[in-house]
Amino acid sequence: MSLPVPPLLTYTVRRVVQAIPIIILIMVGSFLLIKLAPGDTVDALVGDMGGADPAFVARLRAEYGLDESVMVQLWRYMLKLAQFDFGWSYVYEQPVITVLMSRLGNTMLLMVSSLMVAFTFGVTLGAIAAKRAYSWTDNMISTLGLVFYAMPSFFLSLLLILIFSVKLGWLPVGGIRTIGAFKTGWADVADVARHLVMPTAALSLIYLAFYMRLMRTSVLEVMDLDFVRTARAKGAGGARLMFHHVMRNALLPVVTLLGLQFSTVLGGSVIIETIFSLPGIGQLAYTSVVKRDLNTLMGIIAISSIIVVIVNVVTDLVYAWLDPRIELK
Amino acid sequence: MTIPDTSVASDSLPDINLMPARSLVLWRRFRRNRAALLGLVLFVIVVLMAALADVVTPGDPLRNAGPPLTAPLVLAANPLGTDQLGRDIMAGIFHGARISLIIGVVATLISIAIGVVIGAVAGYFGGKVDGALMRVTEAFQTIPSFVLLLTLVAIFGSSIQNIVIAIGIVSWTAPARMVRAEFMSLRKREFVDAARNLGVSDVAIIFREILPNALPPVIVFASVVMATSILMESALAFLGLGDPNYASWGNMIGQGRSVLRTAWFCSVIPGVAILLTVLSFSLMGEGLNDALNPRQKK
Repeated sequence: MSLPVPPLLTYTVRRVVQAIPIIILIMVGSFLLIKLAPGDTVDALVGDMGGADPAFVARLRAEYGLDESVMVQLWRYMLKLAQFDFGWSYVYEQPVITVLMSRLGNTMLLMVSSLMVAFTFGVTLGAIAAKRAYSWTDNMISTLGLVFYAMPSFFLSLLLILIFSVKLGWLPVGGIRTIGAFKTGWADVADVARHLVMPTAALSLIYLAFYMRLMRTSVLEVMDLDFVRTARAKGAGGARLMFHHVMRNALLPVVTLLGLQFSTVLGGSVIIETIFSLPGIGQLAYTSVVKRDLNTLMGIIAISSIIVVIVNVVTDLVYAWLDPRIELK
Repeated sequence: MTIPDTSVASDSLPDINLMPARSLVLWRRFRRNRAALLGLVLFVIVVLMAALADVVTPGDPLRNAGPPLTAPLVLAANPLGTDQLGRDIMAGIFHGARISLIIGVVATLISIAIGVVIGAVAGYFGGKVDGALMRVTEAFQTIPSFVLLLTLVAIFGSSIQNIVIAIGIVSWTAPARMVRAEFMSLRKREFVDAARNLGVSDVAIIFREILPNALPPVIVFASVVMATSILMESALAFLGLGDPNYASWGNMIGQGRSVLRTAWFCSVIPGVAILLTVLSFSLMGEGLNDALNPRQKK
């Protein structure tokens, strides 16, 4: 490992190249889904116009390329997607990519804050539970974890709203900023943070439970390993043993799960963003379904798949960094 | 992992005679876990509610059954109160249990069936077949499952059959990976070689020889799939995208949202019902895991 950078680079490139067939599969799949949907763009347009004569409909079909064979249409669709052209949203009267980009930031903010909360608290509580395995603290934490795991996020959201907005009046019910306040600088940051407290809590709790349980098992397993005994024999104890020797190794499965679950968390944001009326990708997915805006829906599938692929590559890199035994080949 | 159990199961002839003894052993191990027993009790209660829905709360649960927004424990006719349309909450809970269970069981069967077939074929044949099937699996894992579920429901409609199928379609990847891993480790075992040398067909080897040995972890995982299926259906119904013709807990919570300030019980009661049902599956899953993998460390 005299040259640490090149293997990392080739590894990253290789992982990205491996992801390409998956992205292509998803694109082909979403194209087929659109084709399976009853009615096409022209049907929707004609429906909006209140009907048209068959010759005009045929001309429209030719204009939109819908008279071509399915393979030709697929090829055109793929070419457009490769240029990040997801078509036109008839609901927002904008290109889909513009709609997506204006909302991506909010969703990413929610994702990052939720995963950070879930990871930090999950790992800490899991490690504490393992350290005091089978004690009262452990039982308490483990039971809490089971309840968190079984709690539907939308129910938890309503409970939080009921307690912190309706009864106590501490936190705003929804939105990303106070409407009409036009705050700037740190006041704006604080405002957004206040709006994100409940959505973050609601989205992170179930994953917190996952990481906690996994961390507990993982720490218990690592604490039994030989190198921990060796470290203890050499005099390492307390915090150093826990953080330097045990935690670092016990984190590995949690990091894997974090990467694997990113797409689930993204899916969960649909419910949370809709409840807290956060203008993000998830809420967009919900409104697109209700308004049958298929172009936008396919754009969401494409963009979230790309994000998930990127996150997975990053996870693998973090994993390799945490565990030097893994060779970047 | 499960060597003592699987060796018993794979002896094809005395298997039938050993079955009661084996299930008795499993039950004893399951019983040792008190949390699992609690899960079983909760599960039995949900099943009883679903079975007795028409006896305890006869008639259409979506009909007007009393004065709107009655609080719980006020009227004898509506012990758990009514919602803003005067629908009896207890009737909704009982009939909702039926829908939740049906969706949980059927969607789980669909996802496990798809997962077993894809995982078995990929793990058994390996090579290019495995490569292609794993790409498909990864593609499904990459798309956020709830977004795919919404898309499928948006395109094919939200009848209860479509919802069940769609939930099955979005949740087969984890069982598939599990079955594949088991098959990859089992396909090189001697009993598989022996079967192959006897001229047993690939299909028979996959389903009769390897699958019974690969199933225990999948059965445990089925409880997780069941819980997530129920959560997915209730989330769909909460968003108002479920089948409107059936009483569903998620839908009750969603409708209760608009009267949250004044009548919290409209959403809290069905919320607790979902919570306890999902909890029962997780607790039972753990008990099953302990029973099937007694050597695994807790």
